[in-house]
Amino acid sequence: MAKEGSKLQYLTNGILKENPSLVLVLGTCPTLATTSSVTNGFGMGISAAAVLICSNIVISAIRKLVPDKVRIPCYITVIAGFVTVVQLLLQAYVPTLYSSLGLYIPLIVVNCIILGRAEMFANKHTVFESALDGIGMGLGFTLTLVVMGSIREILGAGTWLGIPLLSKFIPGMGIFNLAPGGFFVFAVVMACAHWLTRDKSKIRDTVGEMDLFTEAQELKEKKEA
Amino acid sequence: MLGNLVVIIISMVLVNNYPLAQFLGICPFLGVSKDLDSAKGMGWAVVFVMVVATAATWPLQQVLNHFGIGYLQTVVFILVIAFLVQLIEMFMKKSMPALYTALGVYLPLITTNCTVLGVCISNIDNNYGYIESLVNAFGAGLGYLFGMLLMAGVRTKLVDEENFPSPFRGFPIVLVTAAIMSLGFMGFSGMFS
Repeated sequence: MAKEGSKLQYLTNGILKENPSLVLVLGTCPTLATTSSVTNGFGMGISAAAVLICSNIVISAIRKLVPDKVRIPCYITVIAGFVTVVQLLLQAYVPTLYSSLGLYIPLIVVNCIILGRAEMFANKHTVFESALDGIGMGLGFTLTLVVMGSIREILGAGTWLGIPLLSKFIPGMGIFNLAPGGFFVFAVVMACAHWLTRDKSKIRDTVGEMDLFTEAQELKEKKEA
Repeated sequence: MLGNLVVIIISMVLVNNYPLAQFLGICPFLGVSKDLDSAKGMGWAVVFVMVVATAATWPLQQVLNHFGIGYLQTVVFILVIAFLVQLIEMFMKKSMPALYTALGVYLPLITTNCTVLGVCISNIDNNYGYIESLVNAFGAGLGYLFGMLLMAGVRTKLVDEENFPSPFRGFPIVLVTAAIMSLGFMGFSGMFS
């Protein structure tokens, strides 16, 4: 966390240094499930980013009004509200994307990136900083999804955004569009991110979600003691 | 009818296995599968919460539909799940301390586990009846438990990280493992048409 960083750092942190899915290991389900094509990945990334920015703003605005004990249910309600808005908008304006993302749109609610950033960032920072963090994290997430979607679509179907690239020369390797390819491409992209950041101390062996969990446990124990 | 239910269970455990074929609940699948005991605890907690959450959300959806406010599904379901998990935790702590020590620590993590909300919504999307929904939730939970146990079993053998190139240490190698496992599970697809 950039504690003394400038405002700009809040924005750029999310792209590589604290990339939500590659470095913090949050929100792995949509990263794997919706990246079988670039369009789906991009749609998912933008939808999650929109929810993230809005919920970060609202949560940091109400952070002093909400008692600590009912914090999580309050955050979840705010997030679920925005997810419903996004769901209805997608259904109305891009019905094809809506049907191909399917179950994963309502599941943005339980996407750990959003609750994670609410817990780790928005409830400790001002509205403006939280908005910047939301934009940065949203961009980082969308970027990861687009990169993964590109790799999987080019190798799996031989096209990019529907434009034939490899498919003229070799048949697509369908496995990359299926579950095993998703896991494998995610592994390689994550390894690349580790190699790029080159900061061995940052390589984690637990998912980001576990941090939230241990933090909550510690808070609970502190209160009980 | 009974045959139909058996088909639902087998398809949820093997063909549409949540973590390995549908990409649901990946965070705890990667995070809590370091040893067999915690994988078992988390797996059973998921089975339990899934069935209870389905039992509560399915009738609620009928109520929402009755009043024509089905679009509130997401908000209502997640709040009910969060509430239920809290309630189960308190109930277990009071009256089933043995079970609480085994499963209790995993319960707070389950609220943000997408499998629970996922199974509730997919029951509605598939137009399952009440019994079918409960069986579907149970099967999905069993499949999750099965995946977790397999993963934990493999991961206990992965301790010697010196053998991997350094960028692959940590999660990437676990993901490669998951890729190979899900390749195995792909063999089951096409079991039912």
